[in-house]
Amino acid sequence: MKILKIFFILLLIFFHTNLKAYSADPKEFVFELVSEVIEKLSSKNLDKKEKEKFIESIALEYVDIKALGFYTLGELRKSSSEQDLLKYQTSFEKYFLKSLTSRLSDYSSSRFEVESFEKKSSNYTIVKSKVTPNDGSPKIKIDWRIYTKDPDKPLIRDLIVEGLSLARTQKEEFASILNSNNNDINVLIKKLVEFVNN
Amino acid sequence: MYSKKFTSILCSLLIIGLFSTGAKSADECFEGLSRSVFKFNMVLDDIVLEPIAKGYNKLPSPLRTGTSNFTSNVSTLLSIPNSLLQGNFNQVGHAAGSFLINSTVGILGLFNPAEKIGLKPHKEDVGQTLGSYGFGPGCYLVLPVLGPSTARDTLGLIADTFVDPFAHITIRENELLGISGNDMDYYSVRGTNAIDFRADNMTNLESLEKNSLDLYSSFKSIYLQDRENKINNSNNSDDDWGSVE
Repeated sequence: MKILKIFFILLLIFFHTNLKAYSADPKEFVFELVSEVIEKLSSKNLDKKEKEKFIESIALEYVDIKALGFYTLGELRKSSSEQDLLKYQTSFEKYFLKSLTSRLSDYSSSRFEVESFEKKSSNYTIVKSKVTPNDGSPKIKIDWRIYTKDPDKPLIRDLIVEGLSLARTQKEEFASILNSNNNDINVLIKKLVEFVNN
Repeated sequence: MYSKKFTSILCSLLIIGLFSTGAKSADECFEGLSRSVFKFNMVLDDIVLEPIAKGYNKLPSPLRTGTSNFTSNVSTLLSIPNSLLQGNFNQVGHAAGSFLINSTVGILGLFNPAEKIGLKPHKEDVGQTLGSYGFGPGCYLVLPVLGPSTARDTLGLIADTFVDPFAHITIRENELLGISGNDMDYYSVRGTNAIDFRADNMTNLESLEKNSLDLYSSFKSIYLQDRENKINNSNNSDDDWGSVE
């Protein structure tokens, strides 16, 4: 029994430390995190499932999925019931993770550089980076919106790829669905669930 | 006669669309129609543009780069008068210098030596010029074949053919410095530009199509963000996170 208990504790420690601790400095945080993601995605020792698992764990730990869910819901987050919001957040998280891992096949080997950062407020820092694909395609500018309210635990809230905000695009997409369905949050939840199940 | 009448009706509609909405927002005025045109464009993309773009991507890389450089160099011509109209003389220098160097040293624009010496012209058109004067986007609409647009940008698209030196020597059949062309030249360059863009964005579009709950809205959002950035000559997205904690 005692052995089993130790085993489970060790297992917990293993899973906890399986994710590397990254720097609390937003610039370093982005560089360390992306470098590790690139390394893992390029690894020939991991299969697709393992890579998906890794990306999911990184997203759950270092992307502010909850805030992203609220942001993409727009003003409706203020008028929806607690119960609806909970249902929405659960389905949004699943939707987010599925759409993130489905993009793994789009990954191609690249060089990543962090160029600079801009502290917007005590809550936000924008980290500016550049990705150079190894296949000779043009360089891509990516800005990272990092939430720094807890200075010890920076979180990613948005990626702005060549000036296009992924969060804003998602928000406007959801707004269009809500507008054409009488702002019924359940219609949006249903669509998210359908996406996850397909 | 009919074509002139059609153009003036279209211009009137666009002007109404231009002033019927606020300066910043691009509201839907013809959403049902736009969604139908969008569906038509997607079918057209599936059966024409995408297969051609896939074939184009199989060409040797130097050939693709050369083609991309060539069409991009021709497009720079439109940026020169527009940068001038925006009073951005630094950009006039970048665009004119880039065109001259690439057309000569870069062998008709097939190579891009201008970039190596630091000349990086922004792409400017009449829609952006109007935006820089403070005109709002007006109604959002989807044009057959051409894709997402706004009332302002559609008006700009028509005006582009009057401002663009390349359009002058091709579709308007004028002669400039002894050079002239025809409609075919104009549409070939524009068509190749579209194929090059489609080929470049093959993975991005596939991913968007796969992950979007409402593809029409995603395209709309991306188009409007891109135009906003081009008008402001910046890559900064609006900060509207506001009260999200």
